[in-house]
Amino acid sequence: MSGLELRGVGKLFGSFRAVENVSLAVPDGRFVCLLGPSGCGKTTLLRMIAGLEAPSEGQILLAGEDLVGMPTHRRDLGMVFQSLALFPHLSVGENIAYPLRLRRRPRAEQRARVAELLELVRLPGLADRPVAKLSGGQRQRVAIARALALSPRLFLLDEPLSALDAKLREAMQIELRQLQQRLGITTIAVTHDQREAMTMADLVVVMGEGRIRQAAPPVEIYRRPADAFVANFIGTTNLIPLQDGQLLGRRWPGAVGEGVVSIRPEDVRLGPVAEGVVTGRVAFVRDLGATIETFVEVGGMTLTATASPRERQGLAVGDAVGVELPQEACVVLKA
Amino acid sequence: MRREAPQRLRDYAPIVWPGAMLVVFFLIPFATMIAVSFFHRDPGAFYTPGFELANYQRFLTAFFGGILGFSLFLAVLVALVAVAIAFPFVWSLVRLPRRAQVGWLIAVLSVLSLSEVIIGFAWSTLFSRTAGLTNLLVLVGVMDHPVALTPGFGAVLAAMVYQALPYTVLVLYPALARLDPALTEAARTMGANPVQAFLTVVVPTCRNTIVATLVIVFVFALGSYLLPQILGRPRQWTLSVIITDQAIYQANMPFAAAMAVLLVVVTLAMVGLAARLGRREGAQ
Repeated sequence: MSGLELRGVGKLFGSFRAVENVSLAVPDGRFVCLLGPSGCGKTTLLRMIAGLEAPSEGQILLAGEDLVGMPTHRRDLGMVFQSLALFPHLSVGENIAYPLRLRRRPRAEQRARVAELLELVRLPGLADRPVAKLSGGQRQRVAIARALALSPRLFLLDEPLSALDAKLREAMQIELRQLQQRLGITTIAVTHDQREAMTMADLVVVMGEGRIRQAAPPVEIYRRPADAFVANFIGTTNLIPLQDGQLLGRRWPGAVGEGVVSIRPEDVRLGPVAEGVVTGRVAFVRDLGATIETFVEVGGMTLTATASPRERQGLAVGDAVGVELPQEACVVLKA
Repeated sequence: MRREAPQRLRDYAPIVWPGAMLVVFFLIPFATMIAVSFFHRDPGAFYTPGFELANYQRFLTAFFGGILGFSLFLAVLVALVAVAIAFPFVWSLVRLPRRAQVGWLIAVLSVLSLSEVIIGFAWSTLFSRTAGLTNLLVLVGVMDHPVALTPGFGAVLAAMVYQALPYTVLVLYPALARLDPALTEAARTMGANPVQAFLTVVVPTCRNTIVATLVIVFVFALGSYLLPQILGRPRQWTLSVIITDQAIYQANMPFAAAMAVLLVVVTLAMVGLAARLGRREGAQ
């Protein structure tokens, strides 16, 4: 098949299993985010795809060809590093032309390609600027342009936006995604920011303790998390124990009677106390302007419910409320 | 933190001690040397105070000019060879695990505990015909019969590089240890093989460090006066050897002082040139 395929990839550092039996298929032209907390093996996995680390087991196939054992410089890839790794002794243009110069492309072609790439990352006319004179966002764009200079088969990004401030990071996420779609290049990015992954990716791969916990499109990851780890890591959620077919003391109508139910705060409905409705007590109200978060104590645990200002309920601490958990919004996770 | 400019005399107190040290141990001896270089040599009574340029005039002959030229050439060559050997060595060293790094550094730096005399005689044994390294080559079958490699230019160069190597490693180590490993990794993802990555990224990034190291080793090698005598022919004697000879064995202090002053001036000029070159290329 075309695209990138990982088959049973693992990595041992001494006796520590950094990556364990990872299998994943990335179709051509897709954007994949490896998402997880620090130390979950996502960066190690990316470095193995780049050839900067050798896998202890498994295969890494690009367009059907096994990359394992092939040195990095023959893999035909572009990579953006967390530190960006711009060459301090070269100008912006020379940095971007570096891979072209290695291949002894004619000077005129190098210059034309540099101009084209600077246009692509919206930094026209900056070719002669020393790298040290650039702002953080500009350095970011130069690193991206340099990685794309040879139109590689694979575009790898290791926490590419972590050096930027929050506002710029949000803007760059959208820009990076638009750029990737325009070029149609197979892309793998590592991030620990779930918002970043949701913004950019076709496929989000949530990793924990060296293993893939779930690989699915962003909305499915959010709506149908595979386990409590994923549900907790992606956004916020309420985890409610389900025992003997009972949820918060009510009969649970679903097929599975044991486990943990995950329900997102925006799906929790608060209403008047009524017959047949679970009753809770408001513990705290956080009014953030755009959303209102209400913390409700019910059955010995605290549930979070968010609402928009339009549906403002005017609840105060100590009020008794009816708590509704719509069944279609609940996901039963393995216990 | 913003530092205030010194306001009162008392604010200058911290520089009194280092200033005094510099004056006592550097400025006074150096001034004395400059003064002596203009004195008159009295073969019976060492020297008498005076002011004459005879000592400098004597230096301006082809003989001493040739020695100065050879000394500079040898020091430059030692610096180039030492850095050429040490730079790739340190580059591989900083990628080893910490424990291995410490082991190698101790081994290299232990050379510092050897005096120049011991280094000189050790190499003269290693380069000798009867007990030297060539006997090993004969044993392996590469050579027909052992030969003496000393005295000669190669022997002087080898021993001086050996002596300079620990200093070179010591100066290069911190700069290379700080280098972002992602720089070479980035070069490799863009299609550079390890040798290309080293030559096109590591070496140019460290240009200023390399220039500084060359200058330090150059100055260090210029002062070597035992190794050329132990391992070289008189043809390989450097200016430092001649200065020692004039000062101690010929009892001609004024002439020795004049040569030392000239050596300092030439050295400073070359260091200044190297610094300027390093800065201009670094600014590109």
